Order: sequence, then structure tokens, then C-alpha cells
Amino acid sequence: MTIEQFSPGLILVIGALFVPLLNGYLRSAYMLLLPLLCGWQMLQLAPGEYETFELFDYTLVMLRVDKLSLVFGYIFTIASFLSVIYALHMKDTVQQVAGMAYAGAAICAVFAGDLISLFVFWELTAITSVFLIWAVRTERAFRTGMRYLVIQVGSGVLLLSGALLIVSETGSITFGHIGIDSLGGKLILVSFGIKAAFPLLHNWLQDAYPEATVTGTVFLSSFTTKLAIYALARGFPGTEMLIWVGATMTAFPIFFAVIENDLRRVLAYSLNNQLGFMVVGIGIGTELALNGAASHAFAHILYKSLLFMSMGAVLFRTGTVNGSELGGLYKSMPWSTGFCIIGAASISGFPLFSGFVTKSMILTAAADEGHWITWTILLFASAGVFHHSGIKIPYFAFFAHDSGKRVKEAPINMLVAMGLTSFLCIFIGVYPDMLYAILPYPVNYVPYTAAHVITMLQLLAFAALAFAVLNRYGFYPPELRSTNLDTDWIYRRLIPRTVSSFVKSLAEARNELRRWRTAALMYLLDRVFHYHGPRGVLARTWAISGAALWVMVLLGGYLLVYYL
Amino acid sequence: MKGEGKKYWLDKPGSVDKVYWALCTLCAALFLADALYEKHPHYAVEEWFGFYALFGFVFSVGLVLAARELRRFLMRKEDYYDD
Repeated sequence: MTIEQFSPGLILVIGALFVPLLNGYLRSAYMLLLPLLCGWQMLQLAPGEYETFELFDYTLVMLRVDKLSLVFGYIFTIASFLSVIYALHMKDTVQQVAGMAYAGAAICAVFAGDLISLFVFWELTAITSVFLIWAVRTERAFRTGMRYLVIQVGSGVLLLSGALLIVSETGSITFGHIGIDSLGGKLILVSFGIKAAFPLLHNWLQDAYPEATVTGTVFLSSFTTKLAIYALARGFPGTEMLIWVGATMTAFPIFFAVIENDLRRVLAYSLNNQLGFMVVGIGIGTELALNGAASHAFAHILYKSLLFMSMGAVLFRTGTVNGSELGGLYKSMPWSTGFCIIGAASISGFPLFSGFVTKSMILTAAADEGHWITWTILLFASAGVFHHSGIKIPYFAFFAHDSGKRVKEAPINMLVAMGLTSFLCIFIGVYPDMLYAILPYPVNYVPYTAAHVITMLQLLAFAALAFAVLNRYGFYPPELRSTNLDTDWIYRRLIPRTVSSFVKSLAEARNELRRWRTAALMYLLDRVFHYHGPRGVLARTWAISGAALWVMVLLGGYLLVYYL
Repeated sequence: MKGEGKKYWLDKPGSVDKVYWALCTLCAALFLADALYEKHPHYAVEEWFGFYALFGFVFSVGLVLAARELRRFLMRKEDYYDD
């Protein structure tokens, strides 16, 4: 194995182990260096398969390089670099190691050429990332982390089960097109679907991400779900079912996002909605659609990190991200406000921002293939995402009514990270060709036409007008301190309650049985006492004459029996 | 601390109204801009005058009003899961 064939993600995974040995500026410099080394290593890679190991009869491929794995590899590396900058002020070794190893595991996973290596790194992302939640170090975070871990590891177990079934059928562990015809394929689809937050499998995302640390959420938002998108694009392109799954994903989370108070949870819902666009692209499966899914994942990681960074900065400075308690922060955090607006414009798909040049490929692909219902839902979701991410997030955090909070601007490292990410969001929007050049298929899509620019501006401006009118005339639902029920209710309330009431009724049944047994025993003792007790008929002292009489009766009876 | 004692344009009475009316003007201009470009529609509805504008407005209002109603079913106290 030469250095050219070393899986770049391992640089972060192995490098993370040495973070605790360093201190101060040296540690910061080292942590910045690792993603740079990883990126440099990735640029050396030529397409092909390397680092193969023989395991029993199977060949493990640790490093499979092609355009699809590279585009995800590049963006994961960029995201890890930006996240490290954002977290430079933080001195928590646990989070530093976990974040770095997590990013590395995700990068290793996108270069894994076989299902077993994929499984190993799939689980490693789960195990490393949970520490970013536990690092809050509260009982609540611990419980949230446990729920997250059970679901993530469960996804891995499904992946392994599916992989074993496929191996026994086909004899090959190669991770290529899987399809849903076999049982193994179905299991793997569910496994990917959990991590990609398919409807009804989604709620771990909204449950866990907003409960992680300020910097942890920025890491989390980039990798796990987009790893699942990569895996879906590799294993299930053109699976028609995914079009419907994806369309549902784009639409339903936005209703929750409108009424959610925790602004990081609003972002988690909108993350779910954005994944929906990518899943639709994978389901359509044409070159344009798959390019759209990959490029949208690329752009999305940047603007979603940026939004989580800005909300993280608000949480860091004010101690809350509840919309009901914020407002007016543009006065004290003007830079964060500006960066947040850039992220909001990007996710909404304003011309000159990144979402505009990527999301539209998926919409065009849907329309090209005649999926008019899907196209309508995606258009609705585009307006909806502007509503909750584009307007609600910046409006309630930085504008709205002045909460009176006067805080310091975010730390300089956070501002640098947000600034770089903002630059990339605009750069992709202005020069999309650089991104288009690294996509899996050749691109002949032109985003900047008069029709596209004007129609998108119309859609967004009128969505904004709807917000303004509803807000002005008091129809907009106010931010309220609340919890909104979602599918996590099933495992946080319904199942525990059902189980505990079942256990309770079992306990009652046991008590009842115990009462019966006691009563029966008491009756028995009572009878025994009655006959054998001090005054019982069988306990009496009998006179000799009486005994002789009984003996005579017995002997008489004996004779009688004998003669019969 | 930044922002203390400083006067902000948005705090002035009437400023928010100005933003609102500016947005209304922008929307009107964009609506009329529908006449200015050549359409390449996939679907017949896209040829309606101002389709994207109307779609954006109607569905956004629908989204917010529907979500408001959802609160009746979904909203619980903040510490719902804590007890």
C-alpha cells in the first residue's frame, strides 16, 4: 500500500486519537491541519479501487474512487475543516476527538467499496457522533443520546443483515447497485432510510440534533444524513418509490417547522425537507436528477452548516435558541445576522446563492420526466422552506420584537467559519460551473435563464409577502414555549406508557394471585386447626374403653370384609 | 456590549411600514415582469400570467394557516416529556 492508496478519511480517524496528546495552539493547529491533509490526499486519488484485503473468501475494498464518492468526499472534507474552525474556541477534548473521528468515519464510508467496510464505518459514525450529544453533560442529553444511539446502531444492524442476505444470494459483497427486489435489498433500503430520515423513520433527527452542543450540531448536520444520501444514490438510483418518499419528506416537515419554537429544531425540520429534494432526485434517477441530488447535497451541507453555525452563535451568546425569547439581536450580533441571512438566501434558492443552481436541477428533472404531482409538491416545498428557514429563522432570532438581550458578537473563530461558509455559498451560486464540473455525470444544465430567475424571484417574493401580510394582521402563529408531538411520541410516550401499564396490570394480577393463595392457605390452616387443634376432635385424649370399642368396630369390619 | 444606546433605523416609527410597502412594490413589479420574458413551460399552468407569484402566495398562506391549526393537535407543554 503506497501513500496514494491510503483512504483519506483514515487521516482524520487515526489523527483524532492524537488530539489529546497536544495542547493549546499546537492542538488547534493540528486539528486544522488534519482536514487539509485529508483534502490534499483526496486530490491525489485517481479513479479506481485500492486498499483491498482478503477476508475469508471475500474482498474488502477500503478505497473505491469514482466521481460519486469524490464529490461527497470533497464536501465532507470542506465541512470538517469549517466545523473545526467554528469549534476552535472550544476546549472540550471529548468533542474534539469525537467530531474529528466522526467526520473521518463518514469520509471513509463514502469511499468504502464493499458492504462490510461500509457497515464498519456506518457504525463508527454512529458511535463517534453520539458523544457530540452526550458532551452537553446533562441527564436530558444523556437520554437523548441513548435514543439516538439505539436508532443509529439499529440502522447498522439492518445494513449488516441485508448485506449478509445479499452475500448468501449473490456471493459478492461489492457495494454497487442494490435495488429493492431482494429481501436483503429491502433491509438495506430501510437501513439507509433511517439515516436519511425517511418519513416515520425521521424523528431521531429532530430529537437529537437540537440537543447536541453548540459546535456538535454543526458537525452532526453535515455528515450522517448526507452519507445516507450518498448510499442511496449508489445503491438505489432510479427506484421509483423514492420519488414519493422524497416528495413526502419535502412537504410534511415544513408544517412542523412553522410551529416549532426551538430554532435549531426548526433547522432540523428544514434539513429533513432538503433531504427530501435529494431523495426525489435519486428516485427519478436520470443523469440530470442524480447530478441534482449530488450537487444539492454539496450546496446543502454548506448552507445548513452556516445556518446551524449562526443559531449556535446565538445559543452560545444568549443561552437560548427559543424563538419566543429572542429578537432584536441584529443590534448586538450584526455579523452573525448577515451570515445567517446569506445561509437563508442560499437554502431558499435566491438567484446568486447556492440553492438556486442545485435544487432547480431536481425540479427540472421531475418536470422533464412528467412527474407533475411531485413537481407541484417540490414547488410548494420551495416556497415553504423559504418561509421557515429563509424568513422565520433570521426574523425571530435577529429581528421581530426586541427581546432586550444585548450580548457580544460571536467569537472571532465562529465569524471566520461563518464568513468562509458564506463565501462558498455565494461562490457556488455565482460560479456554478466549478461545482458542475465535479458531478457524477456531464452537466448541460443552464441555471441562469430569464425565466428561471424571474419565476424563482416571484415565488420567493410572494411567499415573503404572505409572511408579511399574515404577520401584519396577526394571523402568523406566535412563537410559544411548547413541545410539538412528532413520531418520537410513539417511543417516548406511547410505548413506555403501554409497557408500564402492562407491567402494572401484571403486578396487580400477581398480587391478586398472592391474595388467593394466602386465603386458601389460611382456610387450610383453619380446618387443620379445627380438627387437630387443642380442642379439635382428633386431638382429644380418648378413654381406654372408647379405644377398645373402636378396635372392636375395626376388627368386626375386617371380619365382615373377609367373609364377603 | 455592542448595540447599546445606538439608534437604529428599524426602531423608528414607520420604518417597518416602509419595509412592508417596499416589499409590496417589489411584488407588484415582479408580477408585471411576467410579461417580459419568454416562457419555456413544462406544464400548461406555467403559462398563466403570474403563476409562480400566485402559487407562492396562496400556498404560503395555506401552509401557515394549516400549521396554525396543527397546533391544536400537536402542541403540548414545554416539559411534556420531562415528567
